[in-house]
Amino acid sequence: MRCTIRRLLIAAALLIAALPPLAAYAADLPALVRGLGVSNYDELDKAIAKLAETGDPAVAPVLEALQAGDLNLRKSDGAVVVAKRAGSGWDLFDPLTGAALGPAERSAVERIRINNALRRSLGAALGALTLMSPDPAVRRSAAEAVFKSRDPAGIEILDRAIAKETDAGIRTAMQRARAAAVLNTDAPEAEKLAAIEIIAARGDRDGLGLLNTVVNATAPDAVKAAAREAIGAIEHRLALWAAAQNLWYGLSLGSVLLLAAIGLAVTFGVMGVINMAHGEMVMIGAYSTFMVQEMFRAYAPGLFDLSILVALPVAFVVAGGIGIIIERGIIRWLYGRPLETLLATWGLSLMLQQAVRSLFGPSNREVGAPSWMSGAFELGGLTITYGRLWIVVFAFAVFAALLVALRRTSFGLQIRAVTQNRRMASAMGIRTPQVDALTFGLGSGIAGLAGVALSQIDNVSPNLGQGYIIDSFMVVVFGGVGNLWGTLVGALTLGTINKFLEPYAGAVLGKILVLIFIILFIQRRPRGLFALRGRAVEA
Amino acid sequence: MKASYTMGAVAGLAIYAASGMAVPALAQDTIKVGILHSLSGTMAISETTLKDVMLMLVEEQNKKGGVLGKKLEAVVVDPASNWPLFAEKARELLTKDKVAAVFGCWTSVSRKSVLPVFEELNGLLFYPVQYEGEESSRNVFYTGAAPNQQAIPAVDYLAEKEKVQRWVLAGTDYVYPRTTNKILEAYLKSKGVKSEDILINYTPFGHADWQSIVADIKKFGSAGKKTAVVSTINGDANVPFYKELGNQGIKATDIPVVAFSVGEEELAGIDTKPLIGHLAAWNYFQSVSTPENEDFIKKWQAFTKNPKRVTNDPMEAHVIGFNMWVKAVEKAGTTAPDAVIDSIIGVSVPNLSGGYSAMMPNHHITKPVLIGEVQDNGQFDIVSKTPGLVVGDEWSDYLPDSKDLISDWRAPMSCGNFNVKTGKCGGKGT
Repeated sequence: MRCTIRRLLIAAALLIAALPPLAAYAADLPALVRGLGVSNYDELDKAIAKLAETGDPAVAPVLEALQAGDLNLRKSDGAVVVAKRAGSGWDLFDPLTGAALGPAERSAVERIRINNALRRSLGAALGALTLMSPDPAVRRSAAEAVFKSRDPAGIEILDRAIAKETDAGIRTAMQRARAAAVLNTDAPEAEKLAAIEIIAARGDRDGLGLLNTVVNATAPDAVKAAAREAIGAIEHRLALWAAAQNLWYGLSLGSVLLLAAIGLAVTFGVMGVINMAHGEMVMIGAYSTFMVQEMFRAYAPGLFDLSILVALPVAFVVAGGIGIIIERGIIRWLYGRPLETLLATWGLSLMLQQAVRSLFGPSNREVGAPSWMSGAFELGGLTITYGRLWIVVFAFAVFAALLVALRRTSFGLQIRAVTQNRRMASAMGIRTPQVDALTFGLGSGIAGLAGVALSQIDNVSPNLGQGYIIDSFMVVVFGGVGNLWGTLVGALTLGTINKFLEPYAGAVLGKILVLIFIILFIQRRPRGLFALRGRAVEA
Repeated sequence: MKASYTMGAVAGLAIYAASGMAVPALAQDTIKVGILHSLSGTMAISETTLKDVMLMLVEEQNKKGGVLGKKLEAVVVDPASNWPLFAEKARELLTKDKVAAVFGCWTSVSRKSVLPVFEELNGLLFYPVQYEGEESSRNVFYTGAAPNQQAIPAVDYLAEKEKVQRWVLAGTDYVYPRTTNKILEAYLKSKGVKSEDILINYTPFGHADWQSIVADIKKFGSAGKKTAVVSTINGDANVPFYKELGNQGIKATDIPVVAFSVGEEELAGIDTKPLIGHLAAWNYFQSVSTPENEDFIKKWQAFTKNPKRVTNDPMEAHVIGFNMWVKAVEKAGTTAPDAVIDSIIGVSVPNLSGGYSAMMPNHHITKPVLIGEVQDNGQFDIVSKTPGLVVGDEWSDYLPDSKDLISDWRAPMSCGNFNVKTGKCGGKGT
């Protein structure tokens, strides 16, 4: 009995002895958080390090708020709070507990600013803290963060996380992060060699960068030699992918050229109108996208991802409508007089630019990217951005749709009839003026569609169209006037040539070389790649 | 033919309407101030704002009673982003309108185009944009930054704070980026950076397809040393460049980009969330928190009737330049160019970042250098500010051609390119 009591007493004493530090531990956190309320970056860095050292998961939301720029200093009492926008003021929350602290005036708090160095510290600290997160996506990005920070302190946590990890992909990422951290310590040679092997298996630019750091730093010769060997292997692999990458960039540039040129292939190629205002139709399409997005921002912000899809028909109708007005108002008086058409449409392009400048202002307008068009994914050694991928798909879709419209519909038949033999078509009862107007509208509408796509990668400014008009003419002339397939092949060829030249010759010289190539080509084949034959040519 | 006449008339009307100029010319005795900024064409995107800020400054000054008891009158012309037209319009301002001073130009080529006109007709030009240096004219006052007031402090910041060892110098292919990069290359090499750690890349104006170049930067950055991009990419090409950076996932924490031509106005067209932390070096940011600046922003937004209108560095340069001119005219008691050229040296006026900027004998001014990081709201967080003011250095100390040259427009030297080695005025190089 006495024995048991003694044991109990000892247990109680132990408990009491153990409790105070625990309590102090928890009580320390608010003080440490308060320590974030400094304006000096170096001191803030130290405060972050102290918070991260606790290893307490409760710290993570505080650091996340700091990273997102939501952490503020309350001026009245120097408390560190999370501030969320609410109307013209703020709603304040406790960063640790998330408890609401009531509203505040706009000027009552001051944001705690961070710079790039702190952003890196935060990323590293959060990486270590969130390795055990239940959310797989968070664990993956945590592993990536530790890979970048190479913090040796993370090895221990990583070991535990790797043991617990069930997702094979994330486990690999964690092992790589661990290897990166190991290479940053003075671990035994064997362990480092194993780490290099793990990094080498990653085989991408980040791995290459890391191995290069190992070679630059002081390390045993065996380790350096292994790292050099791994670098050689990765570089060899990346060199192979570089060719594929150039091909993809060429395809991507080609599809942009195709989009810009395909409308011109209708107005210039099929109708023979030298339309210098073609670029402005593209610009009008881009501004239509902007208007549609403004509507979505104002009335349906939740559906913003759909705004681009809605913008497509709007841009087609707006640009097409303006095209029809231009054809009826100006161009129809000038058929058969190419020089005057050129001058008139050129003047028109200046007027349209200035009109847009007066309406929307000279500065760029922000066209947002829907979530399904932002970011990139890795395909082997390739980085493919979603935006570019969709533009490639879209360009081919537009091309196919136009081809079907010209080949398989009665309207397409009429267009072809009118362009091939106007008098005969007229005699057969086709209202040629109407077909002219609609054809020009179709070409302009397609230019408008191109504007929607280009708004994703270029400036939405009054000058947008100018950048594409020369390229568009180059593509159409090179491919062969009047031949849609020629436009397709021409755009892709020019895009690919450009992208293969650029790494060697530079962007400026690359462009010049392409131009010289086209001039020489046109000398040899004045009618382009796919020359039309027959009566249409003579007409 | 008839059709094209009508169109010409309509185009003329459109341009007239766009420039939005309705200058009341009723006062019989006014001092005329010329405003030479493109209101149409490619440069309108940047220059229209400067025209507006000048109109605001003139209006403000008139509310205070004008200068020398006379009202100021702004004469706005549109050189339409056309370099030879700049020279024509400058001549028109000086000979036909007889303006007392001209505030204008943006690109270096437009400045070079008007320079002979101002020297021939003895006019005054206040040039508000950061430029490549290597020039000092008796008739021009350079209120924007010289390379040592922007580019070199920015590189120092990256080397010191971000421990950058490898440098990509990316620029648009024209005189400002080429000269700035030449100076930076010489400067970096003097600091012990090896030539294999410097990558120089030029792109044409309005370059839109940045895929390969961004991939190249990524490749250059994976050599195991901290890498940064120093960007002198101009105007329209910036938006696609930053979009591509964001899409390919180059974060400021990995490879920071510091830009010399990207300000609040340029960021207005981009979603800046993927760009947080990328840098810009200027002498002014809208986010500067001084009473002077808050007052200026309030007035500007009221003047443009747009509560979201942003301010930028060249605007501040015009504010400084205009106030200096007013002070110099009042000091001289006349608007005669020779008297103003003499009296303006040493004039100091408050800048918007809480200090005083002074006109130096080399016709450049003293400015603080600020480094800012892009925020998600399109503004910059100032992460570094030089402790004192930096004097604009017209002839770079890092180029062999110009390191022995100085400029001093005070009598008796009165020379824009005095060679201290030979002791003679004139001539580049030794």
